Formats: sequence, C-alpha cells, structure tokens
Amino acid sequence: MTDIATPPATSPLVEGRTGQWEVVIGLEVHAQVSSQAKLFSGASATFGAGPNEHVSLVDAAMPGMLPVINRFCVEQAVKTGLGLNAEINLFSVFDRKNYFYADLPQGYQISQFKQPIVGEGSITITLADGTTRDIGIERLHLEQDAGKSMHDQHPTKSYIDLNRSGVALMEIVSRPDMHSAEEAAAYVTKLRSILRFLGTCDGNMEQGSMRADCNVSVRRPGAELGTRTETKNLNSIRFIAQAINSEVARQIEVIEDGGTIHQETRLFDTSTGQTRPMRSKEDAHDYRYFPDPDLLPLELDAAWVEHLRQNLPELPDALRQRLTDEFGLSAYDAALISEDRQTAAWYEAAAAGRDAKLVANWMAVELFGALNRMGLDLADSPVTPDQLGQLVDRISDGTISGRIAKDVFAFMLESGDDPDQVIEAKGFKQVSDTGAIEAMIDTVMAENTDKVDEYRGGKDKLFGFFVGQVMKASKGQANPGVVNDLLRQKLDG
Amino acid sequence: MTDNNSEQHAIDTSTIQKIARLARMDIQPEREQALCGELSTIISWVEQLGECDTADVEPLASVTGHSLPMRDDVVTAGNEPDVVLSNAPEEASHFFVVPKVIE
Amino acid sequence: MSDILSMTAVAARQALDNKTISAVELTEAYIKAADDTADNNAYVLRTSDKAMEMAKASDKRLAKGEAGLLEGIPVGVKDMFCTKGVETTASSAILKGFVPPYESTVTENLWQDGAVMLGKINCDEFAMGSANETSAFGAVTNPWTASEGPLQGKALTPGGSSGGSAAAMAARSTLLAPGTDTGGSIRQPAAFCGLVGMKPTYGRCSRRGIVAFASSLDQAGPITRDVADCALMMTSMSSYDSGDSTSIDAPLPDLMDAFATAKNKGIKGMRIGIPDEYTVDGMPDQIASLWDTGRKWLEDAGAVCVPVSLPHTQYALPAYYIIAPAEASSNLARYDGVRYGQRVDGASLDDMYAKTRGAGFGDEVKRRILIGTYVLSAGYYDAYYIKAQKVRRLIQNDFTNVFADVDALLTPSTPSAAFALGDESKDPLSMFLNDVFTVPANLAGIPAISVPAGLSSDGLPLGLQLIAPSLREDTLIKGAAILESAAGFDHVASGAAS
Ligand SMILES: [Mg+2]
Ligand SMILES: [Zn+2]
Repeated sequence: MTDIATPPATSPLVEGRTGQWEVVIGLEVHAQVSSQAKLFSGASATFGAGPNEHVSLVDAAMPGMLPVINRFCVEQAVKTGLGLNAEINLFSVFDRKNYFYADLPQGYQISQFKQPIVGEGSITITLADGTTRDIGIERLHLEQDAGKSMHDQHPTKSYIDLNRSGVALMEIVSRPDMHSAEEAAAYVTKLRSILRFLGTCDGNMEQGSMRADCNVSVRRPGAELGTRTETKNLNSIRFIAQAINSEVARQIEVIEDGGTIHQETRLFDTSTGQTRPMRSKEDAHDYRYFPDPDLLPLELDAAWVEHLRQNLPELPDALRQRLTDEFGLSAYDAALISEDRQTAAWYEAAAAGRDAKLVANWMAVELFGALNRMGLDLADSPVTPDQLGQLVDRISDGTISGRIAKDVFAFMLESGDDPDQVIEAKGFKQVSDTGAIEAMIDTVMAENTDKVDEYRGGKDKLFGFFVGQVMKASKGQANPGVVNDLLRQKLDG
Repeated sequence: MTDNNSEQHAIDTSTIQKIARLARMDIQPEREQALCGELSTIISWVEQLGECDTADVEPLASVTGHSLPMRDDVVTAGNEPDVVLSNAPEEASHFFVVPKVIE
Repeated sequence: MSDILSMTAVAARQALDNKTISAVELTEAYIKAADDTADNNAYVLRTSDKAMEMAKASDKRLAKGEAGLLEGIPVGVKDMFCTKGVETTASSAILKGFVPPYESTVTENLWQDGAVMLGKINCDEFAMGSANETSAFGAVTNPWTASEGPLQGKALTPGGSSGGSAAAMAARSTLLAPGTDTGGSIRQPAAFCGLVGMKPTYGRCSRRGIVAFASSLDQAGPITRDVADCALMMTSMSSYDSGDSTSIDAPLPDLMDAFATAKNKGIKGMRIGIPDEYTVDGMPDQIASLWDTGRKWLEDAGAVCVPVSLPHTQYALPAYYIIAPAEASSNLARYDGVRYGQRVDGASLDDMYAKTRGAGFGDEVKRRILIGTYVLSAGYYDAYYIKAQKVRRLIQNDFTNVFADVDALLTPSTPSAAFALGDESKDPLSMFLNDVFTVPANLAGIPAISVPAGLSSDGLPLGLQLIAPSLREDTLIKGAAILESAAGFDHVASGAAS
C-alpha cells in the first residue's frame, strides 16, 4: 500500500479542529472458499463441529505431515479473480509466513507473497446518491486460516481449537482507493455480492466466512499519505463503518493534539464502538517469507482459465444492466434485486413471461415488507415465485384489482395457497359485468339525487364520491375501470 | 559480501538476542558470547558466495521442475480429536491448552 | 549364528525362501546381535517383542508362499521416520515421549513388503550433524577401529547424521537400515562404516512421515551391506505418494536387473566424468589414489572416463549452509510444546515457547535455527537466501551441462576416513567440510551412491561416490556393481557382532 491514490474530485473531507482532513482507506478482505475440505488437507472445512474434530494430522502440524493442495480451492480463486476483472497469474508460488502463535500449529502460515494467483483488477461500487466509483484490486491470494484461541474458559489458560486451521481463504487486497466509511461499506457489500454470485464464498460475515482488515490513515488534502493503522477481523459491514469512523476521529484528534500515529495493529471493541491496540502483536513483525519447500509452483493452464472465464455466471453489474435494459426496472429495484443471486433467481422465476415491472414492484414493496415483518429470509418465503407471478397475472387480466390483490396476498402469506384458490374461496373475483355494475350505479344515483344535481351543476369533485359509493356497494370487487366508464356515461349523459 | 568486509557482518549479542527472540528460543546467557563467534564465523564463511557471479540467474526453489499436484475436494480426514490430542502436553475437553494469551 | 549374521539381505531372502532359516531365527539372531553390541549406542529404542511378532507373521506368509520383497528381513529404523505407536524423537529432547499415530510412507512400504522392525536408531538431532554427536541420546561409536596410526585406540565417529544406522549395519545389529540424506547423511556414514549408501533422486522416496530437516533437500534412501541389497531395498522404499507434493510419479528403473546386467555384461561404453573441482586442498593422498583406482576399475569394465568441469562446486557448501538452516528454522517452528513433545512451563505463551525450545533443542540445532532465522530476516533475505538459491541453480546447471556428455560422475565420498569422536565437534566449520563431496547432489536433487572401495592406511573404510542424472538410479547401481566387485571389499568391522 505504498502508492499514493489519486483522490476523486469529490473526495469527501472530514472537518477537524484545525482544518480539513482527507481519509484514505484500503481493505484486506479474507473470504473463505466454499469448499468441502481444507486448502491443504482432507479435513472438513465446514462450521459447527466439536473442538478439534475437523483436524487432520497435517492441520495439527504433526512431524512429517505434508500439505497437498485442494484443486477446487484453486478453481474458486481463479473464478473470483475473473469476477474481479483481474489478471490471472498462470504461475504462482506458495510461501511460508513465519510467526509464532498459539493457533498457528506449523509456526508458519502457508500464503502467497511475491507471486499471488491473481493480480490487479477492479470493481465498481454504487453509493447512496446513485453515483458509482471504481475501486482498484491490488491482488487476490490463497492462504490458510489459523485456528481459534479461546481466552475466557479458564482464568490462566487459553484453549486452542484447530478446526479452522488450514481452511482455505482468499485474501482480497484493495488499493487505498476509498475515502469514507460509506465507500468502504459499499465496497464490501459489492465484493460480497460478487462472491455470492460466483458461488466461491458464502459471504456469511456473522460466521466469519468473510472478514475485513481496515487500513486507515488521514492526511491534509493532497499531502503525502499519513501513517496507517490496521484494524483487524471486522465481521460485519456495520462494524467496518463504525471502526473506520472511530479510527478516523481518533487519528485526527491525536495529530491535532500534536501527537503522531504509530503503524500498528488494532482491534475493534464492539461494546464501545472504539478501536484499541492489539497487545499480542506488539513485537516488530519479521515474517521471513520464503517459498514453501513442501510445495511446488502452481502452474495453471491458460485454456482451463479461459474455459472458466467463458462459463462464469452472470455477475451483479451485468444483471443490473439487464434488469434495467430488458425488464425496464427502475435503478432502485434493479439494485435491490441484483444484490444477491438468490433474490435475482427468485425474481426471474416470478417475472418470466409477465409484467416484469409489476412483479419487481410487488417483490420490492409487498413481499420484502412482509418477509421483514415476519422475520423471514427470501428462501423461507411462504409465497413461491410462481404464486407471486400468478397474482400479478390476475391483476393484469383484470380478475382482481391492485387493492384486492393486497388482500389476496395477505391470505397467500398465511396459507401458502395459490392466488386462484384464495380468490375463489374468498370471493375476491372482480365484477366487470356491466349489467351488474349499471344496476349498482342506478341504486347509488337514486339514493343521492341531491349529489347528482350538485355534480351536474358543475361540482366535478363529486365524481370520486360516486366511485367510492359504487365500489363500496360492490364490496370492492367491481372493476374500477368499468365503474369509471359507466359512471361518467350515466352522470354526464 | 566479500571476505574483507565480513567484519561488518559480525554478529553481536544484540543480534543474537533479536533472532533468538524471533525464533522463540531461550539462549543461556553464558552461551551468547560464544554464539557470536560461531555464527560470525559461519556467516562470514558463507559470504564467499559474494564472489560467485549470479547476475541474471533465477533463484532455484524446487528441483523437480514439476507443477504442483492437486487433491480433490473431498473430506478424507478428521473426526478423531482423541488421536489429534493424544500427544498434547496439556489438554482439556478436546482443546489444546496453553498459558493465557492476552489479545 | 555367525553364518546367519554374515548373510546379506538378498542371501537371507533366499535362505528364507528355501526354508534353510526361519524369519524368527533371523530376527532372534539380530536381537541378540543388538544386545551384544549395545555399547555402540546405535539403538535408541528396541522393539524386540514387536519384531518377534512380525517375524512370526513373516514365517506364516513364507509358508503360504505369500512372501514379500523383504519378507522376514530385520530392519532398524532411523529415528527420523515416524513409526505408528512407537516413540519417535529425531534424537531430540524436545520430542521425547512423542508417539506418532501414523506411519511414514517409506517404513510403511518396508512393512508392506514383509520387513521386520527391530527398533529405532540413533542419529544426529533432527539429522543435523556429520558425526552423530549432536543426538540427545549421546554419540554413537563406529564399530570400526583404526588398526594403526594416531587414531588407534580411540573411539571413532560412524559419521552422521545416519550414524546410528551405519553403526548398526557395520555392527551387524540390523540387516537393512533406511536413512535420510540432506547433505550427505546416508553416504558419509556409509563411507565411514564400509557400507553402501544411496541418496535417490529427490522425490523418489516419499517424505511423508519423515521428521523434516530441510524439505527441499531431504531424501530417504537405503544403507545396506552391498549393492545388490541396495537395489532390493530401494525397490521397496521408493513409491509415488500423493501425500507428498514433491513426490515423483515416474517408475523406478528395474534396479535388480541393472545390477545383474552390469555383473554379466560390464558397463561397456558408459561415460564417466571425473570432475576437476573435486580435487580439494589438503585431500589425503590415499583418497586421491583410491579415486584414481576407482577410475581404472570402471575403465577395465568398459567405461570411458573423461575429465569434466563443475565450475560452481566450491559454492555448494556455503549455499547449502544458508538454504538448509533457513528451511530448518521454519520446519522446526512447530516444536513449541503445544501439541506434542516436551513442554517447559512459562509465565506467558511466549515464555513457554522460549523455555520449551531453549531446553528442548541442543546446541547444533539452536545454532542452525539461529542462522536460518538470520538469513531469512528482513534486510538479509536477498543477500543470503536468494543469493544461495541463485547459486543453487548454477550448481544444478553445472550437472545438467556435464550430463549432456557423461552418464555418471565418479568422486570420493568423503575428504577423509572416520575421525575420532569429539575431534571436530568444537569447530562447526570443519564439521561442515565433511559434506563437501556429497552436498552438491542434494542441491541439484540428483541421485548418488557411496560404495566401500578400500581401507585407509589406518585400516578404516573409504568410499567412492557415483553421481547420476535425475531418475537414473539404474546407472548408479551398474557403476556401483562394478566398483564393488573390483574392490572386493570383504572386511568386517572389529566391533561387529558374531
Ligand atoms: Mg492483513
Ligand atoms: Zn491474510
């Protein structure tokens, strides 16, 4: 992170006591590869096992036990690189990063240092105001996760579980191209959605399958880069934003008070919302990287990489473009629906061959609103894509009105029934029979002769009153269009 | 890296302490002085490599000349914590146990 | 009894097949021999009960006609090989008490072929040394003694790091011995003890389950009484192993056939290079003249010997003493008192690490860890480690160049015969120089063999080394077969069991 990033013209500045500050942020995101087995061993990489159950003799660094790389993990790293518009390095090398820690059984982490599997790329983020920015990706490399230390089980001991030890991670390093917590949050959101579309990482931050280290520094606008700190292991987008904001405030205060920022590793305390220095990493780092002699260089076949490129799934940007171009969705709906692949797939199933805009509207407003209230994920929705589609069909073909559709939808959510079943059972069918509606209009006009006279005398606003009365008389089932037409004929005629 | 300036590379006690710390390895104080001599001798001896012209030579890390073999993504190991912990100097309910670490 | 102990493995296999002896008899003889020669300190752990069980099982298989390649042959295992359920320490205090729940691939291959495990054998701590004096179990004594000269009456080193293996072989307290060779650790002790020792092509024998010293150099290989046994044992030890990423997936040439071919037809037309640069300062005359004699033996069998140049030879040793400690410093980081081995309690985690490692490692291992840490550390990496790797490539290129013209190289195995215990251990540099002829083959990953070729004026064994291109162990066996029969080396160590 030595390059000085050129700030965008609109780089947001922070007001300090002594003037304005520019914030420079680079992120290192660790994304767990969605694999069955670990990067270099045959132990399970999944969550939720008892202590040291997902541990092979390789993971426990038993003497003489050797790493053998998982082909699937290599493939996922290449796919991710392609999804980040990045250069794929056909020749890469695994290095040892040497340091001692209780949850690092080998005394080194197998990582990639000088020659990573993926080189430079970039992704586009969208900010709240709808503007977009490109954020540079410096590299992606494959490495092993460490185990887990538990410090609160015993007054004087730490407990070590190696289940995570050796799980495959992709470390995705951004350029220091971000200048606010909002941009950092948008970057992580976008990155997560790309990973999920690719299926290379589940993006589940609560479980730790995606974590971010935030490198933050401040400087006077246009000045040399300031000293950065690295806040480690943030496991939610909210915490990333909080940590950056608190770190920016702290750094500005330190400098404005005449102090200096030390390059250090910090931890984010979720209870205080502040960062603090990490005590166990006080030692000067000297990782003594060198090529792991237990492994050979990783050489990829160009044709294989090309094959992966040709078979990449559609990514969020392309999908969003298609949703606006082909389906005519608003930018807002398109963004919402393209955020993850499951939502997009749900939408496409529901919208197939129908009024796609109306489906998007129903999904964004009614369905998401209902799921939110019920505390359910889309995957657990009681209404299927096909059922929502049928409901929209019934609106389009005039069987029910948009308003009645909301009532039908409420029953569907409750029962899981098809819209036609609900409409039939509850008698929601819209009345479009002109004879029946004419009869209702005649009754309403006969009961309100005074209002008819006022209307005919020029009080146009009363038209709405008559519509309301007729709809009420039909218990809401009269086709509003037909009611409008017939009313106008009778009142104006 | 030539013999005549090997003095510059002589390893002193502070260097010994620094690398012993990196290697997490206690050195008895009475060994420190002797180690300075032993390591300085070895280091200045290996510095004869400075005479060897290696311009435009690629470093050689592995001799086989093969590419990395790969395994399938299949779970073939694990689920034997008792075996994994069978040699542990200290364990508690399937955890390895170490002196408390303060983060 | 003496008849049994004097049989080679090939001869013993025949006797077992012919039912002139049983595996139990053979094993009992070796257990007794190990008892009788226990003073040399070659074994660190005896597994006699297990050996008897395995021998009985061998006899059953022999009776059923299901005998394996090494059926019933007693084997003493260097303590660098992890053996399932049997303590494995790499002769280090830090691993005392470690009982691997797994078996190394190489030893598994031996047991699969019917071999019988006699026990675990002493070596230099983590295989770091050339005199077997750095072992936490104490030094091993060479069964050979000087018949005259200044070394007469002194206890001699068997060499190292496979010193215990070579001593046990020379003492006839084992019939075969798998060793490991990082810079000469099979060939130098084999030479010092009048034995055949082969370091195969890097990747021929799986490293899986062998305690690592320097991963890019470590290679297991056989220490045997003669060349035919070497061909037999190598055939059993080597295999492609998908559990070792550096394992070579190429078939081993038929070494027994290569041996027979050389014995029957000679080596007519084989081109042997004599490298100029292996004539080192202060090389004893008798080593130089033995080398010359070896050349004539090969020529008599039909080979053409030509002088060749390996111009970067002088840099091999210093490059090795950067690369090997660098890898070792990282490989030995796992000995931290957390998951296995000895722990010394400390106030904090770091304190526990430093005390455990400070107490658990001996002086030579500590010295190499410190050097390795130093040459990899910030500011020194390029000057030392990268420089050494560049030199390593030049050394490999030297071999590639000469092997375009010759089939193998002939050199002395060591610059001297066995020396007295304690003589060189005070000066690490002079100890390093023992490996001057053996280290280049490790750096280049190519196979090499040491064959006993004669006795020094003091009556101590001397070896000649053949070096071949990658994967050409058959060439080594052919050349070695010629050297062996020409030398007619039939001396037995004074300390051998009888
Ligand atoms: Mg980081
Ligand atoms: Zn990382």
